[in-house]
Amino acid sequence: MITPLPKLLVGCIALLLGWVAVGLAGLLRPRSVRLAGRILFPLGALIGFALAALAVTSLLGGGIERMVLPIGLPGLPAHLRLDPLSSVFLALLGATAGGISLFAGGYFRVGQGTAPGLLGLQYHLFLASMGWVLIAADAYSFLLAWEAMALTSYFLVVTEHRRPEIRRAGLIYLLMAHVGALAILLAFGVMHGAGPLTFHAMRTAHLSSGWAAVAFLLALFGFGAKAGLVPLHVWLPEAHPAAPSPVSALMSGVMLKTAVYGILRVALDLLGPPVWWWGLVPLALGLFTILYGALFAAVQTDMKRLLAYSSVENIGVIFTGIGLTIVFAGSGMPAVAALALLATLYHCLNHAMMKSVLFLGTGAVLHATGERNLGRLGGLIHRMPWVAWLTLIGALAIAGLPPLNGFVSEWLLLQSFLFGDQVPHTFVNLLIPMGMAVVVLGAALAGYVMVKFYGVIFLGRPREAALEQAHDCGWLERLGLAWLAFGCLALGLLPVPVIGALSRVSAQLVGAVVPQTSAYGWLLAPVPGRSVSYGPAVLLTATVAVVLLTVLAVRLLFPQRVRRVSAWDCGFGALTARMQDTAEGFGQPIRHLFQPFFEMQRELPAPEDSAPRYRIVIRERIWTLVYEPLCAATEGLANIAARVQQGRISVYLLYSFVTLLVLLAVALLS
Amino acid sequence: MTHLPLDQQLLDSCAALLLLLSFAMLSQRRIVTLVNLYALQGAVLAAATLLLAWRTGEDHLYLSAALTLALKVAFLPWLLHRLIRRLDVYWDTEPLLNVSGTMLAGLVIVVFAFALAQPITRLADTATRSAVGIAISVVLLAFLMMITRRKAMSQVIGFLSMENGVFFGAMSASYGMPMVVELGVALDVLVAVLVLGVFFFQIRERFESLDLHHLESLKEHD
Repeated sequence: MITPLPKLLVGCIALLLGWVAVGLAGLLRPRSVRLAGRILFPLGALIGFALAALAVTSLLGGGIERMVLPIGLPGLPAHLRLDPLSSVFLALLGATAGGISLFAGGYFRVGQGTAPGLLGLQYHLFLASMGWVLIAADAYSFLLAWEAMALTSYFLVVTEHRRPEIRRAGLIYLLMAHVGALAILLAFGVMHGAGPLTFHAMRTAHLSSGWAAVAFLLALFGFGAKAGLVPLHVWLPEAHPAAPSPVSALMSGVMLKTAVYGILRVALDLLGPPVWWWGLVPLALGLFTILYGALFAAVQTDMKRLLAYSSVENIGVIFTGIGLTIVFAGSGMPAVAALALLATLYHCLNHAMMKSVLFLGTGAVLHATGERNLGRLGGLIHRMPWVAWLTLIGALAIAGLPPLNGFVSEWLLLQSFLFGDQVPHTFVNLLIPMGMAVVVLGAALAGYVMVKFYGVIFLGRPREAALEQAHDCGWLERLGLAWLAFGCLALGLLPVPVIGALSRVSAQLVGAVVPQTSAYGWLLAPVPGRSVSYGPAVLLTATVAVVLLTVLAVRLLFPQRVRRVSAWDCGFGALTARMQDTAEGFGQPIRHLFQPFFEMQRELPAPEDSAPRYRIVIRERIWTLVYEPLCAATEGLANIAARVQQGRISVYLLYSFVTLLVLLAVALLS
Repeated sequence: MTHLPLDQQLLDSCAALLLLLSFAMLSQRRIVTLVNLYALQGAVLAAATLLLAWRTGEDHLYLSAALTLALKVAFLPWLLHRLIRRLDVYWDTEPLLNVSGTMLAGLVIVVFAFALAQPITRLADTATRSAVGIAISVVLLAFLMMITRRKAMSQVIGFLSMENGVFFGAMSASYGMPMVVELGVALDVLVAVLVLGVFFFQIRERFESLDLHHLESLKEHD
């Protein structure tokens, strides 16, 4: 369906340009925190909400709008397209960025490296380029926006560029981003065949099965590097702690999802009907990523690093969903493929919301205390109630507890796993259901990680005296956090309309929708042919009712007033804050059980030590096994190549001379 | 042996002279003489151009002969002589390959160049087609000279002599290049020499010598 004037697409472009304009406006007074924080960032947030509203309208309409702008390469103007898949991710971008921008308005202060106005420009350009990635419909404008996204986010990561470790983190990020972009470029190169570089031409190009597989694997590598699929995840735990918290939230919540968008676009749209075995690669990698991310998150002591590994884990969940979708779609099971795709998309939305809440929460803690190390935090729920309670919603959601949103997508994913035994390929149909066990283990570990994260930061007693002075965040920050936490609640409590909207994407990509909910309307029963259902509203009502009844019963049965006395201290007398369980201590069982995963350096105190010190450094084996040999090999090759450079003009002239003679001789002989 | 017209014979002898001068430059270590040889090469080139212009009646060849005379016989040698005096470089040091070795290499190159010229000669229908081989030889010999010398000055002269070869090649294969190109090349050569002159002063300032092996220290060390 092509409308004469693509209103929604035009509106979308206008909003993206609005972001650019807001960014540029910051340059008027680059040093002014007031201009950037109180005016521009909230303005950017409004644009974000408008974009989300527009995208939802487009999604519900279900149409496809196309447009060609006369800019770009000669012979290849910019093709743009707004379809259900783009709309879902645009809605994700708008809604999440809106909340994060509100928070950022209160967050950025002077003295953090980049001037606020310039930071605002980078930030809003980052947002606009992510939006452009989602509506681009030719390889050139897609890659241009993709690179703009990588560069602006790089500058945002190195906001505090005066510290060398932050520059190093930025470099790792930039390197991985470019290696990935190169793979994507090659994938597009394979896909367009001999035709023009538009997505439309790629859809109609007929690739041989071998080349299609090459294109898929290249795209998986490229987008996987951006998303943080193990073993390409190494930049995440470096870049996220380095970046300011709103930027971490944006990168983890939204940018990783543009990579998911990319792989969905390539695998299910541009390459035509997928081959079933392609799905096994993202499935296996995704499952491994889940386990890997969850385990490393469990042993971290830096709160932002912990969240970065948790993002790795969630990307694993998403890629597992993508893998299942492809396997089912390629095996002629469109209804089940639709279910897996819905789980994937739902998890994207969920992760955007909940991970943003958590990153912003750490940002507020960081600002209030100046401390990222879990070992020096604690008891903040008394000092920062707003942050603590809103973060709690995010933490419960990411741990996958009903009735919040994390549960819905994991439940959908597990439901689709249950169909794995119907895949018409031996062994595979035995192995896929086993993957479910990994997902469940990952979910359990995620819960463990969140207990650690939340408990060590907010509960217990402050581990440092300075924490007594911590203050709650300002109203803009509260507003941003509250919006995102509200998003977690809404996505958790209202899965039926969300699934209804997402079904348009499954109709577009795999040609099937899940059976529309149950007869009751508020029970989610999306599984074809099986009578399972989930009603979060019922669950919530029941939970609240049980809690209220219990409280009432306790009040009625034990009518005494509450007595406040100090806790029993086993007669020891002086309990200090240092006697609490620490982040290291909490993670120890995991470290012990999954020892082969970690490369540990321990520093243990001797029994007679007067000032005992315990230290443990955990590294990823992947550095010593993959990346360091890779670096050494590259350097060795570069050194061999450097021998060509002699520094003597005669030798250089000789190179030209010999080249000339050889070429002439070739011309003579042919 | 067929009887050739006089102007053809004259043209061929000009070509032979050019080649001879190239070999002379290859063996010459005194830089002042090198410049003189270069000027002589320019003069022979101008004469050949004039001859060709008279023979074919192409007007632009007269202009290009005049340009050659002004630039390559008068102005550039004068500039180079001035540079030599101001920089005080009269001799090149021992070349990287000794003179007899260089001459032998030059011989091989000339044979190669003539082999190379054969297909071009067959295609061209100009009066001077036998000279294409010589033009290529002049280019390659000048290149060889640039490789074997140590002083920057000799290399500049090699570069200029190479341009002579290109010019002669264009002339013998197709009666010269279009006027615009020819003017452009002349301007290029002029600017290149001026810029290199500045470079020489800078190099000497920095290393107190024009010997190029000092530049090796500019290489990036690992």
